[in-house]
Amino acid sequence: MAFGAFGGSPATTPASDAAPRRGGLIALFLLLPGAAYLSLFFLVPLVSLILTSFQAVDPNAFEIGKFVYAFQWQNYVDVVTTYWPHILRSFGYAALATVLALLFSYPLAYVIGVKLRRFPLLQALALTLVIAPFFISFLLRTLAWKQIFSDEGVVVTALQALSLLGPADHLTGTPFSVIFGLTYNFIPFMTLPIYTSLERLDLRYVEAGGDLYASPASTFLRVTLPLSLPGVVSGTLLTFIPASGDYINASRDFLGSTDTAMIGNVIEANFLQLQNYPAAAALSIVLMAVILVLVGAYVRRSGTEDLL
Amino acid sequence: MTLQAGKAVEDAVVTPRPRPRRRFRLGVGAWGLGVYAVIAFTFLLIPIVYTIVFSFNDVRRTNIVWRGFTLDNWLKVCDQPEVCTAFGNSILVGVTATLLATAMGTAMAIALVRYRFRFRAATTLLLFLPMATPEVVLGAGLAAQFLSAGIPKGIGTIIIAHTMFCISFVVVTVRARVASLDPALEEAGRDLYASPGQVFWRITFPLLLPGIIAAALLSFALSFDDFIITNFNSGAAVTFPKYVYTAAARGIPAQANVIASAVFFLAIILVIATQIGGAVRRKRLERSSVPDDTASVGASGEIESAASRLRALWESSSLGAGGAGDRR
Repeated sequence: MAFGAFGGSPATTPASDAAPRRGGLIALFLLLPGAAYLSLFFLVPLVSLILTSFQAVDPNAFEIGKFVYAFQWQNYVDVVTTYWPHILRSFGYAALATVLALLFSYPLAYVIGVKLRRFPLLQALALTLVIAPFFISFLLRTLAWKQIFSDEGVVVTALQALSLLGPADHLTGTPFSVIFGLTYNFIPFMTLPIYTSLERLDLRYVEAGGDLYASPASTFLRVTLPLSLPGVVSGTLLTFIPASGDYINASRDFLGSTDTAMIGNVIEANFLQLQNYPAAAALSIVLMAVILVLVGAYVRRSGTEDLL
Repeated sequence: MTLQAGKAVEDAVVTPRPRPRRRFRLGVGAWGLGVYAVIAFTFLLIPIVYTIVFSFNDVRRTNIVWRGFTLDNWLKVCDQPEVCTAFGNSILVGVTATLLATAMGTAMAIALVRYRFRFRAATTLLLFLPMATPEVVLGAGLAAQFLSAGIPKGIGTIIIAHTMFCISFVVVTVRARVASLDPALEEAGRDLYASPGQVFWRITFPLLLPGIIAAALLSFALSFDDFIITNFNSGAAVTFPKYVYTAAARGIPAQANVIASAVFFLAIILVIATQIGGAVRRKRLERSSVPDDTASVGASGEIESAASRLRALWESSSLGAGGAGDRR
């Protein structure tokens, strides 16, 4: 299936280097519908989000949810002072989940991309297993973990029997379960790009490392890992970005509690329940800005600039 | 260089380190990796198996405790009418958004690979940004726009939102396919006096088809499972994930597990069928002895190899494969 979509770069190299033609009208005709659509339903909404984030309460309205255009910087100050724990928590949880997903995924991707190379059927089966979680509803698989971790469930009972967990302790509604859920749900996003990189790894380089008396460890650190770095970078981004904005795992009805609420939960509550649109918009802009800065810095450091 | 250092170098060069020990360690490493992979796959499958198993649960009030096996939930899916309505809405949204996104995305992918134009970098950025934006932001942005434009939320706004985030994924998927496509094939078509339309529909499109199908499947999967963006733009309309979200507080009926399991099985069958289909096509192409790219040099050789490749493709497609497979 569409493994290419998760790779850092197109999985295949151009078959011929024929210079792309200059095409005025045809290119325009091909590009226009998609570009116009994205402008109208992606760019304009971003602008509208920025405008909303500066809105002030309509002084003439008596119901909630009525705002007028203004230039109220105060909205940003308000949301940051009110919700800074949620903002920090979001990025903390997302970072932890990303690291855990990387530790989980790298060996797995290595097995599939390198060790299973000689067995195409097994490799295809393994890849299908990796993307299998995509095919069952995101919400239902998260609820499944909730029930597995529930107080009457196997895990809690076992941990209590081993006295690793007190009789009054829970697993659901804790940072542990939220980070666990984030990690589990984004593992395929991490595994597939790393797999794509490792699958293309020329094993002769690894052999050369061994021939030059490098220990397996230093061959891995100096040859395999650097060559798979593009996959690691895109996997990290594909995990970190959705994880930091996610609000399913941290939601009260799923793996979280009010103590684990992330920025996404706050945006949802402000937009859909409290109808405080400017606050929700300002928080969204803060989230987006932090992510753009982090991603920009990260990509520049890792030296992989063509991510698409 | 001192004599001792020279001796050390000589030792290092002439006397190889004992290798068997290392090989043994590598063996253990490979073994360990295998065990790890099995454990990892088991872990990945746990909630899937859980969801499927509980679709067969003999439910009393809540579907949390296992009470015994029954097929009732599967046979009476629509006893929970909300589940079925939500599922129907999800299919409607998924199919419409997939068709729109695949059409626009494929066109953009072709243009991006094949043509040079101004604003190329800007277009790439326009495609990359939606993928780099968290879903809450996409959802809240669109919702803010619908709000200020006074557009009522419903199925229509969900379709608009889903089409938007699917386009980028279609472009990325199809683009790889366009990039791997040999322009000589189309040139050969033009040399044989095919009209641009014929070249596109008889050569380009069949060659791109596997990529387009992959992109469409990906779009549908993304749309079908999307909750965050949907939640912001659905109003009173309910899709399957939204139904699960609202039902989560009071308990999910087993019928939701049935729908999710059925979709899961269908998707797995589709993936396996595509993989087997791809393998079969590849074998058939190999058997029809396609000459290697590097075998023929020069303009005449190129045309010849392109022509024979075209013939091989033509044969494979007229044999009922419904399209051309991978060249390699």
